[in-house]
Amino acid sequence: MDTVTQCPSLKPKDYKSGTKPVWCPGCGDYSVLLAITKAMAEMSLSPENVALVSGIGCSSRLPAYLNVYGFHAVHGRALPVATGLKVSRPDLTVLAAGGDGDGFSIGGNHFMHACRRNVDMTYIVMDNQVYGMTKGQASPTTDPDWDKSKLTPGGTKINPYYPLVIALASGANFIARASSTDPNGAAKVLVDAMRHPGFSFVHMLSPCVTFRPEQKDWKKMVRSAPVEPTTDPAIAAKRLMTDDNFFLGTLYKGDRPAYQPELKATVDNISELDKGFIL
Amino acid sequence: MNDIAFSSSSNSKGAPQSLSIALLGSGGSGVMTAGGQLLDAAGQAGWYGMMTRSSGPQIRGGEAAALLRLSPQPVETHKGRFDILLAIDWLNADRFVGEIILDQKSIVIGDSGGTVPEAISKMGGRYVELPLTQLAKSINGGRPNMVALGALAQLIGLPLRALETVLSKSLAKKGQDAIDASIAGINAGAEQASAIPDIPDFAVTPTENQERWSITGNEAAGLGAIRGGIRFVAAYPITPGTEILEWLAPNLKKVGGVLVQAEDELASINQLIGGSFGGTPSLTATSGPGLALMTESIGLAVASETPVVVVDVMRGGPSTGIPTKSEQSDLNIALYGLHGDAPHIVVAPMSIGDCLFTTQWATHLAETLQTAAIVLSDQSLGQTRALIDKPADIAFVSGGRTLTSKSENFQRYVVNDCGVSPMSIPGTPGCQYTADGLEHTPTGTPSSRAEDHIQQLNKRKRKLDQFDYGDHWAKILGEGETAVLTWGSSTGPVREAIAMLEAEGKHVRLISMRLLLPIQPERLAAALQGVEKILVVEQCHGAQFYHYLRAHYDLPGTLRSMAVPGPLMIRPDDVYSELTAWENA
Repeated sequence: MDTVTQCPSLKPKDYKSGTKPVWCPGCGDYSVLLAITKAMAEMSLSPENVALVSGIGCSSRLPAYLNVYGFHAVHGRALPVATGLKVSRPDLTVLAAGGDGDGFSIGGNHFMHACRRNVDMTYIVMDNQVYGMTKGQASPTTDPDWDKSKLTPGGTKINPYYPLVIALASGANFIARASSTDPNGAAKVLVDAMRHPGFSFVHMLSPCVTFRPEQKDWKKMVRSAPVEPTTDPAIAAKRLMTDDNFFLGTLYKGDRPAYQPELKATVDNISELDKGFIL
Repeated sequence: MNDIAFSSSSNSKGAPQSLSIALLGSGGSGVMTAGGQLLDAAGQAGWYGMMTRSSGPQIRGGEAAALLRLSPQPVETHKGRFDILLAIDWLNADRFVGEIILDQKSIVIGDSGGTVPEAISKMGGRYVELPLTQLAKSINGGRPNMVALGALAQLIGLPLRALETVLSKSLAKKGQDAIDASIAGINAGAEQASAIPDIPDFAVTPTENQERWSITGNEAAGLGAIRGGIRFVAAYPITPGTEILEWLAPNLKKVGGVLVQAEDELASINQLIGGSFGGTPSLTATSGPGLALMTESIGLAVASETPVVVVDVMRGGPSTGIPTKSEQSDLNIALYGLHGDAPHIVVAPMSIGDCLFTTQWATHLAETLQTAAIVLSDQSLGQTRALIDKPADIAFVSGGRTLTSKSENFQRYVVNDCGVSPMSIPGTPGCQYTADGLEHTPTGTPSSRAEDHIQQLNKRKRKLDQFDYGDHWAKILGEGETAVLTWGSSTGPVREAIAMLEAEGKHVRLISMRLLLPIQPERLAAALQGVEKILVVEQCHGAQFYHYLRAHYDLPGTLRSMAVPGPLMIRPDDVYSELTAWENA
């Protein structure tokens, strides 16, 4: 990642586009945007060599607020768009971002396979345990007894999904949690994630002040994980399975080589391909 | 010389002289291998021809038939009846009734001691037994399919030398013993067949020694993609489109491109969008069910003006349908399957060789017009191997990605006269933008304002409507007050039916449309000048092409629909009969 042209003089605000976000006042996503710009400035990335791809949802609005190349794709498909981009343009720094519904529900299959494929990119999921853009329905990370949605009266009665555990089991090469309530800490985690080869997954707690106002308390509940990142998947598995969702920091760093086919022609002229058909 | 057997081959109706052979056997009997070798050897000997693989859904086992048509002239369709049916065994052979039609003049060859199923024998034909298994057993490493191959070569007058050349090449990896055993097999078969009395003469004049290719429609589409500039492919396997992807995987690598196997079609289409956004022309191949899954994101490609190419190798539908058989019934979803008003390109190859040109052209159009292009091939084109003349090497000049250096006041979706706006690729400084499926302003900022919506809708429509598609939009042949309007794989049988009528002194115009979207009403009106009757031919139960024409074009005179569903292919005789019946009605 350090090989791309660098821009040491840029400040975090230089990575913003100036477009005013659609987010509610107090939304955690503002701080995630800030943390991303801080991380880019810290890494001195040239904006033209960075692309951020998102799906659909409140948090997926993010690319328009950045001064890098962006793709606001359809619901659930940020990861395949990012995969196609990075595999064909390995020179770029590629990030994907979105929410818990986008990434774990409609895009759940892509999440598993992106972890498994291990393309060198960073995936940030802003988790607020609710569908905000459609006005407050339960998501895969919502507790089973959360009963504020008209769509699931009395709660979903379904156990939530544990994204970090699934990321590990699927083969993600880097697993971390950060929180919008601590943008500086989140920026550090993002730098760590972007520098790590392969697929890096950052679970970003980002409260929804409108439909989950109780999440304002997350600020008091989050804390640094009391341990160093492990490189041992077995230790990571135990750590993530017993995790209470509020430990922050890099929790697992794998050493699998990233998936990147070589893009080097072995024939001088495409007419070489004709030979297979000539009788 | 016996003049009873091959009268259809030397028919006087103007269709190409040809010989149709069905090679039948249970899975594992090697009929496909032998059929492919027979076709290649025919090519070596200066013939043209085609071979369709027909099999059931079984992965291994079950029934299989290699359906061949050989001719001194290029052929683009099978005939209805077969001159020779050779069965290595008769297991499940009755399943091919309907597909393999025999008559009194056909020769039916079976292994000694076998019993011809009644469904086959009641069609007629002269039955001959050959000791295929017994002869194979007498050769160390011998196989009945090779004996059958030799017998067929002898029957049709194909020089054994051509077969030996093909066998030596195709079995090179298996070693000299395998080659020797196969050659011994064909010699034994040929000798046995020469003892059959009254073998008819099939005289083929080899055409001059010009470069000839052996290619399937799926391989041709893959080559067209690479010639068109495709360097990124995301793939999810699906019958009958997989061979495009399997051909592309090693060949893309050779030209510095890459193919990624995706987790599903939702992923593959979106990977293309990512690849294309990064500046790499991108394509996938699929079939109806996959196209259905992709439609949401094809809309994203249209809205975000990101070029992508999707080749749909159509099969029988709806739902899982008949995956191994052909149909032209995905026309509606390709034309109308995208939500919202989403102008895009739909093109269709009209022959096996044309899969190359049409896929290359589709790539050129998608890239130049910054939109999605759907190529409607089908199983009968994709999975049939044909001997064709070397295809022309055509180069298009694309103009879509105009921006690779810094530009002042860059607006990705700027509204201009031609509708195609400059597209920067990541890495270009000062031209960063966010591609968006949300409606947007000229700079790409999301907007729900009426003014932005109408401007961008008009822009996306205008760029396709104003483009000059030239003569590639259709193939128009012949004159006459009766016209046949068709598309895709139905073109082959229609063309041959018209040639049959031509030989009777009747003139029928052929119009086969390669470009289905955007519509070309002025061009079609000109092509139909002076026409009083139009027969619309398509392989589709719902007459989707007929309804499409009725909806978008002014058609002169009387209109008749010939809409025939799969899985049985439309044959030249069917179209000939329809036209003749209409004339006599």
